[in-house]
Amino acid sequence: MSGSQLTREVARRTFASEFNDATYTFKESDEERAPNYALLPTGERANRVFVVGTLTETEDVGEDSEYWRGRVVDPTGTFFVYAGQYQPEAASVLREAETPAYVSVVGKPRTYETDDGTVNVSLRPESIAVVDEATRNRWVVETAERTLDRIEAFEAWEAEEESPEGAPDATGNEYARMVDERYDLPVENYRRAVVEALESVEGSAD
Amino acid sequence: MSDVRQHAEDVHEQFSDHIDVAVDDVEGRLRTLVDEYKVPVEEARRSVTNHYLEEAGLEREDIAGGGSEAAEIEDVDEPEQWIDLTAKVIELWEPRSDSVAQVGLLGDPTGTIKFTKWAKSDLPSLSEGGVYELRNVVTDEYEGRYSVKLNSTTGIEEVEGDLEVGDDTSVVEGALVDMQRGSGLIKRCPHDDCTRVLQNGRCNEHGEVEGEFDLRIKGVVDDGIDAHEVIFDAEATEGLTGISLEEAKEMAMDALDTTVVADEIRGRVVGTYYRIEGPTFGRYVLADDVEELDGAVDGEALLIRARSM
Repeated sequence: MSGSQLTREVARRTFASEFNDATYTFKESDEERAPNYALLPTGERANRVFVVGTLTETEDVGEDSEYWRGRVVDPTGTFFVYAGQYQPEAASVLREAETPAYVSVVGKPRTYETDDGTVNVSLRPESIAVVDEATRNRWVVETAERTLDRIEAFEAWEAEEESPEGAPDATGNEYARMVDERYDLPVENYRRAVVEALESVEGSAD
Repeated sequence: MSDVRQHAEDVHEQFSDHIDVAVDDVEGRLRTLVDEYKVPVEEARRSVTNHYLEEAGLEREDIAGGGSEAAEIEDVDEPEQWIDLTAKVIELWEPRSDSVAQVGLLGDPTGTIKFTKWAKSDLPSLSEGGVYELRNVVTDEYEGRYSVKLNSTTGIEEVEGDLEVGDDTSVVEGALVDMQRGSGLIKRCPHDDCTRVLQNGRCNEHGEVEGEFDLRIKGVVDDGIDAHEVIFDAEATEGLTGISLEEAKEMAMDALDTTVVADEIRGRVVGTYYRIEGPTFGRYVLADDVEELDGAVDGEALLIRARSM
């Protein structure tokens, strides 16, 4: 029973533009099986995400064994989803999917560094499912709301940091502080992405 | 050290109506056990209480609050705790075994909990709608659901008046992001009042048994802030997937494999948004009322908020 008592990691909602900027990863404990987190640039840790978008292309990029790459597109950018022999169910969905199709993906952020030193962020799926347009639109609105909440919390933290009284740690937002140290990415980018995403959904609803 | 004194006063208080004993005498006995024999104070208190019970020719239920604590139903979060509850009998269910005298649901302002009263305990009967002070009941846990057992040491006293029963219904709205092991077509132990899920044909309590089929989903519904564990019983599972218990059995029979059922269910539910309403049992929400969220959503208000930030 003790294993199942561990708190399950929540699946964060993030648009592709923010997800692909989450290049810094960290652990919060030295234990061997400690969870790995990607730092979202709006000031939150993500061990798992839930995304919904349009699967536009799939390709087997493996050399010796099958290794499927899927491009899942949301209103702000593209998630790169990789599934190989250790994700057999997700791999078979990618193998058999007809594109384009709306899909939902539950998965873990992964980073890899290319030869020229850039860090790419990808998604290792736990599950992929074909969904409908209503589900896609619901995800866009939900993700917009979660992202705005994070931006507001981040800006509140920033305002306190910059205030002349310099109230140290007044909000205790440790991930905002981490973002401040690790990234140089204005959160304004993500607010604009939210506006674009919502406009695209509102447009399609009319 | 005043801790021991406090326990001594409590024990003295419990027996004051029954026998003539000095607090110092109680404290002396406690101190011998605690200081000389290094017995933990709770165990020492238990032992000293038993000594006076014997001296007075009493049973544990004859004295007030014999080591148990007054609690509310929502506080029950670990098994094998001795507690006192003041609760209303909301429902009595049909006992499925001769060893059970009464079984049903208790409620207080903080929530509801299942209770079981054993036949061998020979306790007075509880009636539906009655409010009772129940002293010395023991908590139990099974698959994240808590219950209380009434036993031979339990004191039952009917209380005048009604008791408001709290609503512990949760509403969870989010995407079903995972289906856990133990979902799909499962087998339960056929023993009365057991119903444990079998692992490889074995019940934890009764060993190898001929199980009875059941259908359920243990799912994770996640709203991006919290991950909630939700149990859908056979009826809710059929509502969600269109697969009935009978159909699930046929599918498994055709494939000579029960896992095909879980695979089929997973394909139909994972990645879908639901609104679930139901009572909370431990860390699980029991899906009483399920609605698939497939309607249109309005992003207008959010758009205004995003533009004005």
